[in-house]
Amino acid sequence: MPTNYIGIGLFILVGMGFTGATFAAAALIRPSNPNPIKLEPYECGVPGVGDARDRFHIRYYVLAMLYLVFDLEVVFLYPWAVQYDKLGLFGLMEMLVFVAILLIGYFYAWKKGALDWV
Amino acid sequence: MEWYYPFIVLAKVVIVLIGVSLAAYINVYFFRKELGRMQSRMGPNRVGPEGLLQSLADAVKMLIKEDTIPADSDRLLFKIGPALLIIPIFVAFAVVPFSNDWSFGQTVLHPVISNTNVGLLIVLALTSMGVYGVVMGGWASNNKYGMMGSLRASAQMISYEVTLGLSVIGVVMLAHSLNLGDIVEGQASGTFATWYIVRQFPAFIIFFAGIMAESARPPFDLPEAESELVAGYHVEYSGARFFIYQTAEWSAMLLWVCVAVILFFGGWLPPFGALSFIPGWLWFIAKCYALIFTIIWVGATWPRIRYDELMTLNWKVFLPIGIANFFIVAAWKTIAASLGVGV
Repeated sequence: MPTNYIGIGLFILVGMGFTGATFAAAALIRPSNPNPIKLEPYECGVPGVGDARDRFHIRYYVLAMLYLVFDLEVVFLYPWAVQYDKLGLFGLMEMLVFVAILLIGYFYAWKKGALDWV
Repeated sequence: MEWYYPFIVLAKVVIVLIGVSLAAYINVYFFRKELGRMQSRMGPNRVGPEGLLQSLADAVKMLIKEDTIPADSDRLLFKIGPALLIIPIFVAFAVVPFSNDWSFGQTVLHPVISNTNVGLLIVLALTSMGVYGVVMGGWASNNKYGMMGSLRASAQMISYEVTLGLSVIGVVMLAHSLNLGDIVEGQASGTFATWYIVRQFPAFIIFFAGIMAESARPPFDLPEAESELVAGYHVEYSGARFFIYQTAEWSAMLLWVCVAVILFFGGWLPPFGALSFIPGWLWFIAKCYALIFTIIWVGATWPRIRYDELMTLNWKVFLPIGIANFFIVAAWKTIAASLGVGV
């Protein structure tokens, strides 16, 4: 029923209103005395060296790709899980083939060390 | 659909929003009091009777504090980061049923804002979106601790999102529905023996670890490991924006606890039929707080795990168990159907 989604749309608007109102209310009552030392990034009191948006470890990219593969798999599983009783043995076999193909990739990634975090 | 339907929905939205924000602040007090007791301390006891107003005092203090924005930061992303975390988490509450239907004579009130047939999917999708707020906060503040905290937080959240999604598939198969209300009704039999925690215990363990990792509770609080990262992705935040981040974290924990109660503990169902005179919403709240108590208890007991242990646990232990779990459910259902017995 599309009318069920009115609540979600309204909640987005009310949530934005709540956050905006909090920011606006705080902006009215809080002090604002910035100075250059206060606006430095926190680095234990020592002046910072270089930019924080530096190179970071390649593992995070590998992880993001693994996430894409497995989370998409999970999304495919939901409709199958809801309708499983109607699919029966056929559904089970189909899903075994689908997951087996995925598991080949999973064990490949495991052997290649993509799952190790050192 | 009557013309006043949107107004009823709006009233529900406002009530849920206020209730969730209040509950988030009650949970902060609950957390500090319980943690204090577990560490042989008193916990907060100065503001108000038994320290009950401590959270309110903290909230007021955060709102009147100066909002510093670091000079080198990306000002736009810095400002909208907290909103991007809190809005998806709030919206996810729209599909959570808090009780069974209330009837006043002829009128029946459903204590759920959006009774959609894809409720569980909406919860998982919206909580995934919360990662954007975390990444933006850490990236925009241009602080090395914040950056590392946001990288860790996003890596942890997306990893555990996968196993969290896998663990509930067995539950979905038993309930034949993604609607959270239908999942609760699927567990109804009069006793707790048909709750999915009994029938899907391995899935519950994975889900429970997943919700602790998603809401960054100890021992999975690596995104904000104080000893290494000061405070994590919100290290540069102060004032109202920090307040929003804190509210978002506690609301996220509350959301996951509500979903866990619905999926595994029978939602508003009483554990024994004889106790059904107690209203459903009380059971729901009691179960939620029992679970929150357990989460804080685990956090107070276990030391923080190492990052490589966190990733190994998720990708090499929980993922294979999660896949095996729903295949076992599928195989059992097929065998049971061919034998002609109920599942």
